[in-house]
Amino acid sequence: MTARGEGEDRPSSVRPLLFLERQSYRRRRLVDAARLLPFLGAGLLALPLLWPDETDGAEALPLSSAMFYIFACWGLLILISLVFGFAARRMAAREKAEPETEPWQR
Amino acid sequence: MSRKVLLIEDEPNITEAIRFLLTREGWQVETHAEGTDAVQVVLSARPDLVILDVMLPGKSGMDVLRELREHDEMQGLPVLMLTARGQSRDREMAEQAGVSRFMTKPFSNTEVLTAVRDLHAQASRP
Amino acid sequence: MATLNVLILVCLGYVVLLFGVAFAADRLAAHGGGKWLRSPLIYTLSLSIYCTAWTFYGAVGNAARSGLEFVTIYLGPTLVMVSWWWGLRKLVRIGRSQRVTSIADLISSRYGKSNTLAVCVTILAVLGGTPYIALQLQSITLSFSIFAEADPTGLYREGSSVFWVAAGLAVFAILFGTRNLDANERHHGVVTAIALESVVKLFALLAVGIFVVWGIAGGIGPMMERIDASEIGQWHVDAGRWTTFIFLSAAAFVCLPRMFQVMVVENDDESHLRTAAWAFPLYLLLMSLFVVPIAVVGLDLMPEGSNPDLFVLTIPLSQGNDWLAMLSFIGGFSSATSMVIVTAMALSTMVSNHVVMPIWLNTQEGTASVSGDVRTIVLMARRVSIAVIMAFGYFYYLLSGGGAALASIGLVAFAGISQILPALVGGLFWRGATRTGALVGLSVGFFLWIYTLLLPGMQGGIIPPSVIENGPFGWGWLRPQALFGIEGIDPMVHTVMWSLSLNTIAFCVASMLSFPSPLERLQGAQFVNVFDHSAAPRGWTGSVAQSEDLMIMTQRILGTIPAQEFFQAEARRQNGRPGRLPEPTPQFVERLERELSGSVGAATAHAMIGQIVGGASVSVEDLLAVADESAQMLEYSSQLEAKSAELSRTARQLREANAKLTQVSRQKDAFLSQVSHELRTPMTSIRAFSEIMRDTDGLSADEQTRYAAIIHDEALRLTRLLDDLLDLSVLESGQVSLNMGDATLTEVLDRAVSSALAGEGRALSVRRVRPSERIPLHTDLDRLGQVFINLISNAQKYCDAAEPALTISAHDVGGQVVIDFIDNGDGIPPEAQAMVFEKFARVGSDKAGGAGLGLAICREIMHRLGGEVAYLPGQGGAAFRVSLPLAYRQAAQ
Repeated sequence: MTARGEGEDRPSSVRPLLFLERQSYRRRRLVDAARLLPFLGAGLLALPLLWPDETDGAEALPLSSAMFYIFACWGLLILISLVFGFAARRMAAREKAEPETEPWQR
Repeated sequence: MSRKVLLIEDEPNITEAIRFLLTREGWQVETHAEGTDAVQVVLSARPDLVILDVMLPGKSGMDVLRELREHDEMQGLPVLMLTARGQSRDREMAEQAGVSRFMTKPFSNTEVLTAVRDLHAQASRP
Repeated sequence: MATLNVLILVCLGYVVLLFGVAFAADRLAAHGGGKWLRSPLIYTLSLSIYCTAWTFYGAVGNAARSGLEFVTIYLGPTLVMVSWWWGLRKLVRIGRSQRVTSIADLISSRYGKSNTLAVCVTILAVLGGTPYIALQLQSITLSFSIFAEADPTGLYREGSSVFWVAAGLAVFAILFGTRNLDANERHHGVVTAIALESVVKLFALLAVGIFVVWGIAGGIGPMMERIDASEIGQWHVDAGRWTTFIFLSAAAFVCLPRMFQVMVVENDDESHLRTAAWAFPLYLLLMSLFVVPIAVVGLDLMPEGSNPDLFVLTIPLSQGNDWLAMLSFIGGFSSATSMVIVTAMALSTMVSNHVVMPIWLNTQEGTASVSGDVRTIVLMARRVSIAVIMAFGYFYYLLSGGGAALASIGLVAFAGISQILPALVGGLFWRGATRTGALVGLSVGFFLWIYTLLLPGMQGGIIPPSVIENGPFGWGWLRPQALFGIEGIDPMVHTVMWSLSLNTIAFCVASMLSFPSPLERLQGAQFVNVFDHSAAPRGWTGSVAQSEDLMIMTQRILGTIPAQEFFQAEARRQNGRPGRLPEPTPQFVERLERELSGSVGAATAHAMIGQIVGGASVSVEDLLAVADESAQMLEYSSQLEAKSAELSRTARQLREANAKLTQVSRQKDAFLSQVSHELRTPMTSIRAFSEIMRDTDGLSADEQTRYAAIIHDEALRLTRLLDDLLDLSVLESGQVSLNMGDATLTEVLDRAVSSALAGEGRALSVRRVRPSERIPLHTDLDRLGQVFINLISNAQKYCDAAEPALTISAHDVGGQVVIDFIDNGDGIPPEAQAMVFEKFARVGSDKAGGAGLGLAICREIMHRLGGEVAYLPGQGGAAFRVSLPLAYRQAAQ
């Protein structure tokens, strides 16, 4: 009980470090997500190939449903990309705050 | 006959105290506050006794004594040495340099007077 | 009914508007204004030149024929855009850092500035681009003809209209694409005009779509029913074509010269990709949203046999909605013009840089070339190239007869240009990719594309039908549309599959078997690891190349850091801007040569610089090879030198450390005897006079007072000494607590000067530079004052000038407040300077009452305050410098 109380009493020295580490961890996972996004897109867009076709003899899918699916996938990709774009901007802003290159190189 | 003592000491207050004591004893007191030309001053003043401080500006009292003893006519001159450092090594060095009496500051006035009297008596004895 | 004349007037008006926009944007950019010109929005809109007239008209036609298949052409780029983080971002970064001018330049630059490769890519691009331009001309002509049919005056002649369209577009591209030679090849005017056109075509297509859905079909619900009931109303897609086209359009999106131009070359800011990553897919989505409804309604409404490619125009016309048809026409016109202009610009850059210029330079060999000449030649070459490319498009259109054969030409062009993909992606992500690999891969892909797609598709029988039926020489397994005997694949899929897979295999195998040149390896590393390097522009292109060549060569000879320092210093000397490369002025080149001759010898340095600066028969590659070798030799000898230098440095440091240790230990030894001396001296006087007063009778009152005063003074001296000792030990143990306060330096100095000079003592005149002292301080003011008092009274005591004077001046040096105390005496002898801050260290005859602790205390105080006090040699008199970090001052603000 007391130990926990003490830990909470001095956040200034401990918390920022933890915070930064979590940030960089999130950043890396975010980049992972960005890498996976095209594969998700490719998967979603390959799915219609499994749909019943008129040549299969089965009842073919109406074009309106197909349109709806494809445009929904498309919209989803755009939305994720938008979210990642904003996350990337925050990332870039934070990186800019920590100078990393030599003046010449800039 | 007037007895002459040469006091080589750079602390003005100590100089004044000794001058006071010895004057009352009937000594003619001359003073000097530098180490550099102390030997020349002794040679020209020809005192009956020298009181010499160790830590002098320009040249240490030890060196002054050593140089003084190189002169033949100064071999027998009584030299009372005063030091504030008070290390045994200083006493040895002083004795090697040919000191007549070695005293550590702070001294009692009677000690100084006794030492001066003894030294003078030894020197004037034929 | 709108007449053809009105249409032509609208067209001309629209073109004039584009001219105006482009001109204004160029002017604005030239004057450094117009931030919005470089906004992510403009960037995104300029990317939409991907949507050509083939899209604007052809997508509906495609949907009317094959249902949803058209959407693949937009899904590919969408996938590329959403993977921008590891794909396009790298491409754009490399393009910017290498100052790449075109896709051919990028490929050639990656593979060791190989012009052969650049020429290959250029040929491929021109070959793929020409029919594509013809397609645009056709679409404009077709749309004209739609209006002409409805025009009773019937003054329209198809041939001449194509000619005037082609000529007009060429003039526009020449005017704005080649007005000046920018090192970065950016054209704000053209890009802005294209962005405007993108808005127009999107607006037009959306307007037609909304008209069709709500104006004709009667809302979304009925529209959906109508779609399902139509002849394309059921899901039917060829799996091979679906996946191939998504992949193909993705590949073409990256490889198309015009896309590379707007995406990489015209890119102003890498971060624009962030916005384009979602905004451009959104644009594509909006462009294709109404394609199926328009196709379905067109199939319903229009008479049997009417061209579905023109539904976008004919539906509004048939409904009597002339203004909408006009808008739609302008939309199609926009799509076609923007594509043609950018393609012509991109291709002309490639043709002039990689074909015309090398030939011209070869013919000029031996004559001294003036750089000014080259610029006009380059501009001329580009202008002529644009005209020639447009002429190609025009003649291709005339020769092909403008028939249905053109309809599939978009995909054919895609398949052709995609042959660059293996070399491009390999170059970006694989350091082992070599020039040979790229050449072999490209050639294989290029040949297969021509053999399996371009030639069989051409009318007029360039390949005899027997070859297509039975293969060359009767070898069935080499049939152009059924390689290795695998039949029944869609011709498009067949070509893409075989050409790209064999291209990739050839590229990889040849890369692994060949060995890259030094320059290639250097470039390969810079490309693949572009994110590890700086974003500083580098490269060997254009007229700015000289400095970079010199820089790279110098780096290899002198080492990176000395070379950068040298160039930085030169840049500062030239224009005060150390961030840029200096211009290769004769003076600079001379200095550089001197610098290099120190490393490689005067003759070699002269030869090497002569090769770069004086235009040369020896390639940069050769130079770098020489530089590599000499750098290796130099490295070996300089390593030896460095080692021996380090040894002697270490030895000297050891000696110094030893001397200091000995001195300090001697002083520590002496410390006790020093303390003893300092205590005994005043005690001697005290004892002597107190005994005198005790033992002597008849002392006069004067004498008594005087001796008592001496005793008193000496007692005070003892106290002071003990205080100092205590102070020092507290400071040294670090237990001192600082009493922080705010004041200006002036106040602290005022107080210190008055209290230091308050007592008796020699006269000391203090000169101060008051304006420089107005520095706010946040520190322990008393402690700082103590330091100042000590320094001032030291000057008062020890300055041996006839008229002692002390100058106090304050400065702001490198983030520190620096206060100098300089007197006009003889100063402290050099051998004593190192020890003045040690305890009991006294210089010369110090009997003025100090115990030799003052400066030691000062040093400790300044240490506690985060600053320091040091002796400043060579100032004439004794000079002490007190420095305080500025951070203390900022903390107070």
